[in-house]
Amino acid sequence: MKAVCWEGKRTVRVEDVPDPRILNAQDAIVRVTSTAICGSDLHLYNGFVPSMAKGDILGHEFMGEVVEVGPGVRRLKVGDRVVVPFPIACGACWTCQQQMFSLCENTNPNAWMAEALWGHSTSGMFGYSHLTGGYAGGQAQYARVPFADVGPIKIDDGLPDEKVLFLSDILPTGYMGAEMCDIKPGQVVAVWGCGPVGQFAIASAYLLGAERVIAIDRFPYRLRMAREKAKAETINYEEVDSVRDVLWDMTAGRGPDACIDAVGLEAHGSPLMYAYDRTKQALMLESDRPLALREAIMACRNGGVVSVIGVYGGFIDKFPMGSLMNRSLTIRTGQTHVHRYLKPLLERIKNGEIDPSFVITHRLPLEEAPRGYEIFRKKEEDCEKVVLKAS
Amino acid sequence: MTTTYVDMRERQAGGYPGEGSALVRDEGRAMLGYESAPNRTNGAGRLAQGLGWFSVGLGLAELASPGTVARLIGVRDGSRTRIVVRSMGAREFATGLAILTGTRPTGWMWARVAGDAVNLALLGQAARSPRTDRTRVAAAAAAVLGVAALDVLSGRKLGQQSGTLARSAHLDAAITINRGPDEVYRFWRDLQNMPRFMEHLESVHATGERTSRWTAKPIAGVSLSWDAEIREDLPGERISWRSVGGDLEHWGSVRFTAAPGGRGTEVRLNAGYLPPGGVLGAALGSLLGTLTETKLSNDLRRLKQLIETGEVVQSDASVHTLPHPAQPSAGGEA
Ligand SMILES: NC(=O)c1ccc[n+]([C@@H]2O[C@H](COP(=O)([O-])OP(=O)(O)OC[C@H]3O[C@@H](n4cnc5c(N)ncnc54)[C@H](O)[C@@H]3O)[C@@H](O)[C@H]2O)c1
Ligand SMILES: [Zn+2]
Ligand SMILES: [Zn+2]
Repeated sequence: MKAVCWEGKRTVRVEDVPDPRILNAQDAIVRVTSTAICGSDLHLYNGFVPSMAKGDILGHEFMGEVVEVGPGVRRLKVGDRVVVPFPIACGACWTCQQQMFSLCENTNPNAWMAEALWGHSTSGMFGYSHLTGGYAGGQAQYARVPFADVGPIKIDDGLPDEKVLFLSDILPTGYMGAEMCDIKPGQVVAVWGCGPVGQFAIASAYLLGAERVIAIDRFPYRLRMAREKAKAETINYEEVDSVRDVLWDMTAGRGPDACIDAVGLEAHGSPLMYAYDRTKQALMLESDRPLALREAIMACRNGGVVSVIGVYGGFIDKFPMGSLMNRSLTIRTGQTHVHRYLKPLLERIKNGEIDPSFVITHRLPLEEAPRGYEIFRKKEEDCEKVVLKAS
Repeated sequence: MTTTYVDMRERQAGGYPGEGSALVRDEGRAMLGYESAPNRTNGAGRLAQGLGWFSVGLGLAELASPGTVARLIGVRDGSRTRIVVRSMGAREFATGLAILTGTRPTGWMWARVAGDAVNLALLGQAARSPRTDRTRVAAAAAAVLGVAALDVLSGRKLGQQSGTLARSAHLDAAITINRGPDEVYRFWRDLQNMPRFMEHLESVHATGERTSRWTAKPIAGVSLSWDAEIREDLPGERISWRSVGGDLEHWGSVRFTAAPGGRGTEVRLNAGYLPPGGVLGAALGSLLGTLTETKLSNDLRRLKQLIETGEVVQSDASVHTLPHPAQPSAGGEA
């Protein structure tokens, strides 16, 4: 089959690789119809996540048709159309029973590696380095899906791929980002990052009762999408001296009730701070650039919530712990527990409360994945979200 | 090292290690010249690994852009500075790689400490030169000092550790399993299950009510077998066993206790291995060298997977014994 393989920093290639086979009784094989490139894939592409190996198949946002099931699979049948959540969860461990699926205790065969870096491990994840298991990803014609009865959600209503594909990751991620804010009616939420994750965080904040949502980015086309499609007010951080001061003014000195970081470890920012963090990163004195996170903490109102859905990999520097502690802020975060949002969000899509396809700007055949990665990385051609058609 | 003796005596008093004095056996081990590979993922091993990566990163930066590094740490850039920074880079890079890949990381850790001293000395010189930015030099020195402190700590820890391991292979591991103690006990007591989760075992067959025959996976073509007998069998609580003849002296004990808050069972395993002298010594040495606490806790993780999900969970990479990219294999190896 054809698959998008990581070949080294900023190099992906579409290669012929062996077809996946059933390795565990509860596996299914899915013929991928649509798959997407995520901001998280960019962290791998740009070489910021350790333990990538040449030849790793990328991709954790995918859907398709079940073509084979292992002897232990009860619920899924060949021919079912499914969307697959990016964390791999067993459904049987204590953490899965607590609905914290991205922390499943049984699905990361390389848990010892993650324990060395993070103290404890996450679940396994598709196409997301060897630290999270060394699972082949879904940017391919076929994918092996472990615990097929636990993860995939059946889509039987003839809803088009584009409306449901993002259930695999970014729609639940934006939603969880907003849910962690504990939004009360009338509250103001600020969202850093107007990538696809940020757009869904904005939309979800409204769904959960926010009165105003303010979005921050530097790309005019992304800010326009946030205004026109997701109905946010926007700040272009390159056009203001201080995002915190603008938010201060917009909220008459209170600060947003909740701040969402939908940017992650490759943030940009004021030239000075950017140079500082970029240098430390290059020297491996810190692994992540927390520019948006610092700003979100400083801007948040006293006693408010900072919700971090942007991905961080290792260590950061100049973390404003004093602001966090003295002002009674709460930080909430996590790789998304996608499984628990599948049904409720599919309902919202069916009801017409949200149509996630608004973020798609590029539809490319799988073969053009290398170009997809480049334009998404450089934010060229007004690229917001790339969907790859695998078959 | 002293603790090892005390520990072994305690275990003997507890009744489950084999006969003979620990001292005699340890001397036997020493005569074999056996030195265990360090355990990479316990505290000291992890620290060493982190420092290894740090060295690789810093070394590469110093090699690739000595000018930038020099400016960054506040030293005046110039051809001489660049040569110095480059050579620091080469040293840093080499030690980093050696720590990560090397068979003798303890030595290399101390090479790093020496390297830090060189760095500090160089920075000290720079600080005296009138054309450098003193605050930056001070900051860089502080960073190096911090790393140096870690190096010293890690070098010490690894040293202590290989002292311990060279005398006996004593390993502990623990895990929590989401099932009651009786169920976990029953799974373990069916000794034939052990090779399903203990990677180094080929087979375990019951030969009687309390006796069994164990065979390890062959190492370098040498296959080891031994007989074991269960010394203690408290259903739902504890099993301990020891070898009673064969190629290897081995003892182990596993305890099952109810976890608080209905979290299932806390499983605590400790195991000891001791090779005899003679021809098999070398092969046994390498067997023990591959038995680390990380391996043992991976074994327990597989036990947990088997009990909670019914199978050992595989990824495209994990089905291979050697490093393999996350992509399906051509076949045959599952
Ligand atoms: N928690 C999860 O489970 C999960 C799931 C999916 C994605 N993510 C993460 O979410 C983040 C965003 O993903 P995406 O697909 O939207 O990526 P993206 O690259 O499309 O978007 C990131 C956006 O952040 C903006 N940005 C950079 N620096 C900024 C700053 N200082 N202030 C404000 N905006 C800034 C960029 O201009 C860009 O538009 C990534 O870190 C990704 O890894 C997390
Ligand atoms: Zn993603
Ligand atoms: Zn689980």
